[in-house]
Amino acid sequence: MKLSFYQRNAEKIRVFFFILIMLILTLPIILGYLWLVLRSFSVDMNGFMPTKLTLKNWRFLWSSMKGYPNIWRTTANTAFVALMVMALEALLTSMGGYALSRYDFPGRSGLMKFILVLHAFPSVSLMVALYYVLKYLNLLDNLWGIILLKASLEIPWGTWVMKGFYDGIPWEMEWAGLVDGYTRLQVWRKVILPLVKPGIAVTSVFAFLSGWSEFIFINTFIFSQQFWTLSKYVKATIGDFRFADYGLLAAVGLFYAIPTIVLFFLVSKYMIKLTIGGVKG
Amino acid sequence: MKKTAWVFLMPMLAMVVVFFFIPVVLTIILSFTDMDYRFQWNFVGFSNFKDIATDFIIPKVTSNTLIYTFATLGLFNVGSALLISLLTTSMPEKWGSFFRSLWMLPRLTPSVVYGLLWLWIFDPTKHGLLNFLRASMGLPPQNWLYKAPMFIVIVANGFIGASMGMLIFTAAIKAIPIDYYRAALLDGASWWMITRKITLPLIRWQVLFVTAYQTLSLLTSFEYILIITDGGPVFRTEVWSLYTYHMAFSNYRFGYGAALSVILVIMGIIFALVYLKLFNFEALMQKPKVEVD
Repeated sequence: MKLSFYQRNAEKIRVFFFILIMLILTLPIILGYLWLVLRSFSVDMNGFMPTKLTLKNWRFLWSSMKGYPNIWRTTANTAFVALMVMALEALLTSMGGYALSRYDFPGRSGLMKFILVLHAFPSVSLMVALYYVLKYLNLLDNLWGIILLKASLEIPWGTWVMKGFYDGIPWEMEWAGLVDGYTRLQVWRKVILPLVKPGIAVTSVFAFLSGWSEFIFINTFIFSQQFWTLSKYVKATIGDFRFADYGLLAAVGLFYAIPTIVLFFLVSKYMIKLTIGGVKG
Repeated sequence: MKKTAWVFLMPMLAMVVVFFFIPVVLTIILSFTDMDYRFQWNFVGFSNFKDIATDFIIPKVTSNTLIYTFATLGLFNVGSALLISLLTTSMPEKWGSFFRSLWMLPRLTPSVVYGLLWLWIFDPTKHGLLNFLRASMGLPPQNWLYKAPMFIVIVANGFIGASMGMLIFTAAIKAIPIDYYRAALLDGASWWMITRKITLPLIRWQVLFVTAYQTLSLLTSFEYILIITDGGPVFRTEVWSLYTYHMAFSNYRFGYGAALSVILVIMGIIFALVYLKLFNFEALMQKPKVEVD
């Protein structure tokens, strides 16, 4: 298609304006994260210019802060919660999704409706009852309580997602496995599971991120400092140092956000791959 | 054969029943008790609900909830999301995906860290971003968190909420056959004309879906409000879900909190039904599913 000289330039001008508008819209995000990084390494800032660079803001990594638990223990707690939530969700949703996708059993459609109806009750509306259940099971002030809650509330959604991935795999795959003498369980483990790896990866990444970032449950159901995770740690530093030491806040916050930002870059790459490749039925 | 299905389902079901289904039932039962920190089961009939009807903070909380939900929805979760996806799909893909990934960043950042960024931007001293800008124009610092707390809460939530609509709208726009655009360009249609006559009508369902879905999410989201203003100053940003949380875990009125939760869920269901009717979602469900590959 031929365009006149004017039309071609009009297009360029328009694109330029669109980019400009997007830059302005996105400015709070850009400035916010820029500040977080710069502020964590500077003594003070004059607008966006660090007055003097320092590592003192990161002191919480090597010296203990009064009234705060050890940062490495807190980090280990956070990683523990994130990894356990991830493992539980990956395992249980890939099992549940397979059953919903491949078996016709009595109560199947009822079960699927039941899962959807549960979502009318968002987890925040259940806080009171969750407190009671955790108390009853002796899981209050216990990281396992958080892990089980977190995983259980996300599993119904994850099962639906995994079902979608299983639905994309042709039945012939299973028949081939069965003809070769595998049992259903073996077929699932050796033939089908490798094919839904992209689905498992997506579920795992989101489960890890949500476990790593969890705040409300930790804030409500954990009391002892030895079980704090980084979200509680950062919240406490905001409470104590908000007007006194933004440098420390920025450093603590950045430290907590690093794994999620790293995963963010990995995920966006993976998402593109997922749409290009993947299993097609 | 049938047994294997249950082997696959059992672990997941066991967890969902204990930590999801039982809490749902328990919430409803608890709403008829006056349980407090002593955890005694004491059934009081509908008195919690009567108390809610006469609670003098409830009108304020209700109007906060509606303002917060619909302002965030209109300005960001649907409004900005639509704007971002229209603009980023009309520029070179390199730039488009750059902006879209930046908008994903807040969603993936831990909530407390994200809240910290806004606390800095609206900091009442000269160290905050906005007050720094004011100072460079010779103006004194403003106490933003006191002046416009609701605005701050809406903006902070909006920058997260926009990304979901953005992803869905962008995918929908990209799925529109390029021939439509070519034909329109041949006819000499401007960008605005193309957007209004081709793009927007074709992504109508996605817009309606995001509107409905995000209304329900916003109705129950309070995490960022808790972090940034904690409902204050003096209930000015206290929304229903946060009020529920405060009643239960600051005042230890578990029964009352459960009753507030039940009403919140009922509100959500009412909104869902209204949307179903209003947007004629049934027509969408009846449409035959077309496999696009």
